[in-house]
Amino acid sequence: MTELVDYQTDPTRYKHWRLQFDGPVATLAADFDEDAGLRPGYKLKLNSYDLGVDIELNDAINRIRFEHPEVRVVVITSLKDKVFCSGANIFMLGVSSHAWKVNFCKFTNETRNGLEDSSRHSGLKFIAAVNGACAGGGYELALACDEIVLIDDRSSAVSLPEVPLLGVLPGTGGLTRITDKRHVRHDLADVFCTTTEGVRGQRAKDWRLVDAIAKPAVFEQTIEARAQVLAAGSDRPADGAGVRLSALNRSIEDNALRYDQVTVEMDRAARTATFIVKAPGGEQPADIAAIEVAGIDWYPLQLARELDDAILSMRTNELDLGTWLIKTTGDADAVLAMDATLLAHQNHWLVRETIGHLRRAFSRLDLSSRSLFALIEAGSCFAGSLLELALACDRSYHLALPDEPQSAPRITVGDVNFGLYPMITGESRMERRFYHEQPALDAVRAKAQQPLDADAAFELGLITSNPDDLDWEDEVRIAIEERVAMSPDALTGMEANLRFNGQENMLTRIFGRLTAWQNWIFQRPNAVGETGALKVYGSGEKSRFDWNRV
Amino acid sequence: MSSIDYNERIPNNVNLSGDRALKRALEQWQPNYLEWWRDMGPEESQDFDVYLRTAVSVDQEGWAQFGFVKMPDYRWGIFLNPGNPERKIHFGDHKGEDAWQSVPGEYRANLRRIIVTQGDTEPASVEQQRHLGLTAPSMYDLRNLFQVNVEEGRHLWAMVYLLHKYFGRDGREEGEALLERRSGEEDNPRILQAFNEKTPDWLAFFMFTYFTDRDGKYQLHALSESSFDPLARTTRFMLTEEAHHMFVGETGVARIIERTCDVMNELKTDDPASLRAAGVIDLPTIQRYLNFHFSVTVDLFGADESSNAATFYSTGLKGRYTESTRKDDHVLKNDSYPVLHVRDGKLVEKQVPMLNALNEVLRDDYIREAASGVKRWNRVIEKAGLPFQLTVPHKAFHRKIGALAGSHISPEGEVLTAEQWQQNASRWLPTGSDREYVASLMGRVVEPGKFANWIAPPAIGIHRQPVDFEYIRFN
Repeated sequence: MTELVDYQTDPTRYKHWRLQFDGPVATLAADFDEDAGLRPGYKLKLNSYDLGVDIELNDAINRIRFEHPEVRVVVITSLKDKVFCSGANIFMLGVSSHAWKVNFCKFTNETRNGLEDSSRHSGLKFIAAVNGACAGGGYELALACDEIVLIDDRSSAVSLPEVPLLGVLPGTGGLTRITDKRHVRHDLADVFCTTTEGVRGQRAKDWRLVDAIAKPAVFEQTIEARAQVLAAGSDRPADGAGVRLSALNRSIEDNALRYDQVTVEMDRAARTATFIVKAPGGEQPADIAAIEVAGIDWYPLQLARELDDAILSMRTNELDLGTWLIKTTGDADAVLAMDATLLAHQNHWLVRETIGHLRRAFSRLDLSSRSLFALIEAGSCFAGSLLELALACDRSYHLALPDEPQSAPRITVGDVNFGLYPMITGESRMERRFYHEQPALDAVRAKAQQPLDADAAFELGLITSNPDDLDWEDEVRIAIEERVAMSPDALTGMEANLRFNGQENMLTRIFGRLTAWQNWIFQRPNAVGETGALKVYGSGEKSRFDWNRV
Repeated sequence: MSSIDYNERIPNNVNLSGDRALKRALEQWQPNYLEWWRDMGPEESQDFDVYLRTAVSVDQEGWAQFGFVKMPDYRWGIFLNPGNPERKIHFGDHKGEDAWQSVPGEYRANLRRIIVTQGDTEPASVEQQRHLGLTAPSMYDLRNLFQVNVEEGRHLWAMVYLLHKYFGRDGREEGEALLERRSGEEDNPRILQAFNEKTPDWLAFFMFTYFTDRDGKYQLHALSESSFDPLARTTRFMLTEEAHHMFVGETGVARIIERTCDVMNELKTDDPASLRAAGVIDLPTIQRYLNFHFSVTVDLFGADESSNAATFYSTGLKGRYTESTRKDDHVLKNDSYPVLHVRDGKLVEKQVPMLNALNEVLRDDYIREAASGVKRWNRVIEKAGLPFQLTVPHKAFHRKIGALAGSHISPEGEVLTAEQWQQNASRWLPTGSDREYVASLMGRVVEPGKFANWIAPPAIGIHRQPVDFEYIRFN
């Protein structure tokens, strides 16, 4: 059995990134250790990356968010000579299983989205200081930044050479961002994406591939100047007390992951994993001072980190546990009190970052290729922020107890369910659920803050099914058994289609259209066959294609 | 809301009174069932006291208790054959595993479909037969009709029990739907087409109970092998009752033949017109009814090559007739079986994978048994010294389902053109005038011991009662 992938790290363990701070500007410099790939079999030459590199990147961004509230701008650059970043390591892709490639791409996509998410919601801005060759995934990382500045040294170019060189797509948002975000004209984009050497200098700027170019002599100055401009537009505080992201209290067992607030229990025979999320317990902070004192132990921050880690870990390490059952336990009022605190102080940088972390963790659920069933049982606390878990699920089963109304489990809709945690579509899960139809949303809104039993929740359309205690066991068991027996591929496709059911935007196009095409190409002989482009890359052999268009 | 003493009202061996979920389901369903019985059960019969057999337990004494009862008060019970907790699955991909005591989620949909399809035939036949009571040829026959009807009702209960007990809310909805569909109703038909046909007269009724109820027997046998143990045990008990229905059919047709032969000998003629003038049913007309009911029933086994049949078998949902006593690997992956199709104007056999041919296997098992009853009918004719023989038509004759649908095949198995079929169909299948004639015979004879002119009395009565016993008190 291969070693488990761990998404937890810290700067003392970084092998690939250097992080420096200078007042409002942080510099995140790529200096990938070519001998420190996460798996054997490839070298991370020319700042090419693998999952391990991206795990560090994700960690670094989170540390800037929480440990360095004074940072308003992150400059992403390279410490290698003439190379900014050459993208995902091709040899790594060549030796990886399909599932590994797909999971890797998903995580890198989420990390890049995370940059845009922080820019949009938290005033943390990003500049790609492209000081050397910037190819493929390297350029896709740059595309996720607010600005791209390319060094104009007559050799450094930005490029997306995947199609001509590797027979695959720039699948980490590249194809989508050059059109949707940067509005590169489609014919120029066609030329760009089929040109191995890429585009440099003035033409890169003219084609909107970069925002600015700068001669080597003025490159640093230019970056600095642009960073100051961007920083001026941010409200991240100079004097905030950062919260150090200490290691998670986590125990990894053969059939369980245990954190303080989140537990994942795995049933390998049934091929299910049960996520159990606890409500806040004990006295909870109600003002900023108390939140700052709680710091890393503040419940919502803890929840976000633990949930995030659990999702990432289960996605990567437990491929055949295809159905996740989501449960909660504890006092719903405590969750609602926490929500009141989050809403009251949502403009404070730490609260804002915490909400952001939760938002991104919930979003990972939406994007997980697992069937998600919420089980709303006695003792549960699907209220407000934790109701978001049930709303994210493909189905929810809510136990009705007509004979014991006092112990009947209830859910509570809170204000937070109407937009505090938008999906990547930009809409709340409530809006997604009801297709923005006002009468349905109004009916739910009218019942906000009121605990709803299964029948009331069913009536409002908030849950899928409301079996009573006589039906519960069989109905839930049969539903789960039936689900786990279906084709995992078809389920993944179906679930993604149903979850992202509204208007498309750039991100849904990345996770939907671009990813689906890429994953198709990843399975095709022209990419991964014995003479496929991805397989023969670097071997001196020429790829031999099946010329039939499909 | 419940005021029903369950064990008294609903005889059962499934611990009904201790099963809240089941009780709740039945509490809702039972009134609707009674309403359905009043609306769609035997016409104008609600107040009759009928001498009926009731099952009150599964043991020797209990499964057949006789007494007078008003049909709406009939104690429709729920019985499973005694189970074996150690039972193993004995065929298909799960062979050797423990039999299932609950529905595996993976097979929920197919199991539900099998149970609903089987269940739907039970009320359907009651609906098809509901007018027959008005034209009964004797009190004895009327009583048998009612016995068949209440037992079809009980079989509906048996299937509804499985739906209620094992399929949750979904099962309850299906249970309601079983009461809502109506035989022959264009917008709301029963599932299988044969159960939407009319049973217009008593000859059709006897043919139906002989041929079509025997299809039920074979389906029940196949289900009694199921890996889903409650289904296996339920259907096994149903088979004990099904036997009586086929008895009614076989002896009913035999008595009609007997009477016709008597008149043929009396009048010394085989001329249908003369026999009709004498008020009995001529043998060629009986042959045409036989052809019709046989071919319609043979279609009920489904397409000769069927992916569903293969799936149902391999997943262990439905076995073969007498699966346990067959000598093969009970997996059947490498076997083949011949099915018929038309090539170059001829019927030819082709070998197809056994698993896909399991409908055909069951059909052939059925045909062997169905044919043996026809031989017994021929003995009645032989005994009367008459040179006529009823024949079982070729299994390709008059088929509407499977590869043979759309072909024209004679009862002897010759492939015909559409024209040839048109010219001869009236020789092979009941015509409008046949049916009109048979219908014209249908009067109501219900004095104890009296029989309509076109049917002979039975050799013995029911449950050792005399033939002229007052089986029904009309009140």
